[in-house]
Amino acid sequence: MIDFISQAWPWYVSGPMIALVMFLLLWAGGSFGVSSNLRTICAAAGAGRHIGFFKFAWRAQLWNLVFIFGAVLGGFIATNFLTNPEPLALSSATVDDLSALQISFDGGLAPMQLFTWKSLLTLQGFAVLVIGGFLVGFGARWAGGCTSGHAISGLSNLQIPSLIAVVGFFIGGLVMTHLLFPIIF
Amino acid sequence: MKYIKFLLIGILFGIIMTKSEAISWYRMQEMFRFQSFHMYGIIGSALAIGVMMIQWIKRRQVHSVEGIPISFKDKDRSVARYLLGGTVFGLGWALSGACPGPMFTLVGNGFSVVLVVIFSAILGTYVYGLVRERLPH
Repeated sequence: MIDFISQAWPWYVSGPMIALVMFLLLWAGGSFGVSSNLRTICAAAGAGRHIGFFKFAWRAQLWNLVFIFGAVLGGFIATNFLTNPEPLALSSATVDDLSALQISFDGGLAPMQLFTWKSLLTLQGFAVLVIGGFLVGFGARWAGGCTSGHAISGLSNLQIPSLIAVVGFFIGGLVMTHLLFPIIF
Repeated sequence: MKYIKFLLIGILFGIIMTKSEAISWYRMQEMFRFQSFHMYGIIGSALAIGVMMIQWIKRRQVHSVEGIPISFKDKDRSVARYLLGGTVFGLGWALSGACPGPMFTLVGNGFSVVLVVIFSAILGTYVYGLVRERLPH
């Protein structure tokens, strides 16, 4: 059983499980949208004192912070107790494309040449970790949601605005991958 | 007590995100290069079930554990904020290889430097709050 869970899950297991998480959150009285936590954290840190956008009843959103704290623990459990012995089965075409950009595929979840504290001092590491994160936070709030809030929750509820947002996610993702990656890397 | 449910659902979510490899920077590159069906299969199958689930919740007026009918708020109508904000998000998604949920799960996976990504995302949210009145919505 543990061996079965420990291998990488195929998409047709993972997708339905994500839908289950959305249902459980609704059933528990919440909703599935992770990026609003970033606004809650700003509010909890006192940003509401001088910026109206962060002045709201953020304590009512504490359940969502508990949820993402659980997501940290879940990652810890998965990596320590349900360890996948196999390297990630990345498409060989992606391995080749990335190696042309001098990014080597090391079999893990993220390239260790970029995801270390030391790489923060390199141009590429700084771009991925600092600028990438900044754009995600800025864009998610501007668009009113991220992958969970728009691509899963919003589209499941047949919301046209969410479809527009997801089109935007892909415009941005494709521009970054195909036009900007060759400049950055 | 109320929060324990959310903690457990979060743990489940973190395990799913890790085992599905949806937190992988490499998998996002593979998706944006259309070189594997993996991520499309995950999002597509979550959606197919999600659409049916929400129709079912609405028609049967399913109640939450606290006895309140589960309700959904329609998103405000607009194009600019979704398209422009979405594009900015997408640029960051492909670069950092992580959307907000996976950022947290990556930290649990031992990628401690992703705390910097989370901090930067919080900073991005803060700066959005500063300038939002000057942006088209």
